[in-house]
Amino acid sequence: MESPAKKLWREELEKAFHELPPRQKVFTTLSGEEVPELCGPEDVQFDYEKDLGYPGVYPFTRGVQPSMYRGRLWTMRQFSGFGTAEDTNRRYKYLLSQGQTGLSVAFHMPTLMGRDSDSEYARGEVGRCGVAVDTLRDMEILFEGIPLDQVTTSMTINAPAAILLAMYIAVAEKQGVSRRQIGGTIQNDILKEYIAQKSWIFPPKESMRIIQDILVFCTQEVPRWNTISISGYHIREAGSTAVQELAFTLADGIGYVQAGIEAGLDVDAFAPRLSFFFNAHIDFFEEIAKYRAARRIWARTMKERFGARDPRSMKLRFHTQTAGCSLTAQQPMNNVVRTAVEALAAVLGGTQSLHTNSMDETLALPTEEAVTVALRTQQILAEETGVANTIDPLGGSYFIEYLTNRMESQAMAYIEEIDRMGGIIRAIELGYPQKEIAEAAYRYQMALESGEKTLVGVNKYVMGEEPPIEILKIPPEKEEQQVRRLKEIKRSRSSRDVARSLQALEKAARSRENLMPVILEAVKAYASIGEICDILRGVFGVYEDPAYF
Amino acid sequence: MADTRKARILIAKPGLDGHDRGAKIIARALRDAGFEVIYTGLHQTPEMIVNAALQEDVDAIGLSILSGAHNHLFPRVVELLREKGASDKIVFGGGIIPAEDIPALKKAGIVEIFTPGTPLSEIVEFVRKTVGT
Repeated sequence: MESPAKKLWREELEKAFHELPPRQKVFTTLSGEEVPELCGPEDVQFDYEKDLGYPGVYPFTRGVQPSMYRGRLWTMRQFSGFGTAEDTNRRYKYLLSQGQTGLSVAFHMPTLMGRDSDSEYARGEVGRCGVAVDTLRDMEILFEGIPLDQVTTSMTINAPAAILLAMYIAVAEKQGVSRRQIGGTIQNDILKEYIAQKSWIFPPKESMRIIQDILVFCTQEVPRWNTISISGYHIREAGSTAVQELAFTLADGIGYVQAGIEAGLDVDAFAPRLSFFFNAHIDFFEEIAKYRAARRIWARTMKERFGARDPRSMKLRFHTQTAGCSLTAQQPMNNVVRTAVEALAAVLGGTQSLHTNSMDETLALPTEEAVTVALRTQQILAEETGVANTIDPLGGSYFIEYLTNRMESQAMAYIEEIDRMGGIIRAIELGYPQKEIAEAAYRYQMALESGEKTLVGVNKYVMGEEPPIEILKIPPEKEEQQVRRLKEIKRSRSSRDVARSLQALEKAARSRENLMPVILEAVKAYASIGEICDILRGVFGVYEDPAYF
Repeated sequence: MADTRKARILIAKPGLDGHDRGAKIIARALRDAGFEVIYTGLHQTPEMIVNAALQEDVDAIGLSILSGAHNHLFPRVVELLREKGASDKIVFGGGIIPAEDIPALKKAGIVEIFTPGTPLSEIVEFVRKTVGT
């Protein structure tokens, strides 16, 4: 029974639209989900204690820590890396001096793909997408003067994650910091590589074995380390909708929990160190609802599906990066605004850690000036706007809870579909998430082409020829420099130690022996990433792109 | 019987770059526009691309790179085509390519470079004009 006031509103609304039609035929989120003109108590159903509850208390919808930003702000962690280890070490020291509170390493393409800088596959790629790391020597330089007992580091590395983790442990130990003290994350989320980021090496089952070895090793030896950053960011960048980002990420998470249990671990022994990584795209409320739904779904899944008893196993802790794919090459200053709005969504969504994109990242890796503005964006949000001062401030908003509920049920439908297929690995073999993403990407592009969706400066408010801005350039000499360094390492290391360690690695790979200790020995002998990965390629084989489009 | 052979386009991802969202959309748009499209998938060396171009007897090759390695990889594809006597194949490209790199790429034989924000219709029109329907 509609109240008289509501009935009056409807009548007035119809009159208003009769005089001036609505701006659009249909109003949808960026992902294409219709949104109502107005949400009131009769439009959304929730049981406060059961569905929302309290921060730091199951089901964690309102936040994973009881104090959230009242106690401690999110970590300001700018993803960064270019050129040689010296170049990036300099940028890290700069960012830390400007108030960044955690490190995040971007490696160049050869490292990501398990190739050395002198490999034929690395021609033209060295130092361009991230920092060149071939051996432990590069990592030593990368963290020179940075105390690893005081700073946590996230490393975006997937197929060769075990190797980079081993290098980080070795660098820390050289600093006198034990592996039990170091804190950080390796992305190490191979499932989303097949789905979205595409920096795989080995096939899925063999890759999962490596991840199991990492889970077991870290559970025993590196307790403060986040073993996986289960990611939706890249899924979204590849063109998925918000619901797909949420669903495929959580489905990957379910796959990892199953893998850990299969490896013989008690769920509460390793699940607390699983972490997540989401995108913060431009549709403000859709993103906030996504984060809240993510926390609630994961909590319920861990408790009901996996029987976790430790609340820490049920807490979805996440890092966020603002959406690279939302930025434009045209009128790059507009990107400062986009990043700020996206960062605000992440904060209102309760992120533990945040990277804000720079305005020039559609053109190149960020200049020092651009990344400073990006960092200041976070600092202004944190210190000036007040949004960090009350926990989950949008909780209870009719619209936000309506969106959160809808996001949860739509994501669950996808997760159940994937379960019916036989799980996420099977779904990947069938090409299911990859094709869903390609479809969504194409749909969005069509919406841009038709003007149904607006991208300011690109299909509306276009300005024609613009003066070029200063961008970061990686001189081609960096490649020669890095190749020379690698040659020098290979000349001065003990080739006997390297050969012995690679032999031990191959033996371990062919058996069920944990790979982490043998990889540690190999990196300490200054075996290169390419050398280690080539051994593993020989044992595990390689994965070929099925090339769906 | 009239020659109804559709123009054949190879869309390729050279190098280690895994960003394929754009390449896939262009492949699909060209297919929807009536071209025969072969998509190579990721991680192709210039040699693999040229071999595919010859094997598939394509009329044009679209190269996509977002990793910054275009200055080496794009001209290398053109060079290999020349060595194989296949310079009649039109090479175009796109991705994250700074404006200042474009003149040198064109000089090296890449006919056109499409940067972010280019409407699909413009790319389809280009292919239609240079290759025929």
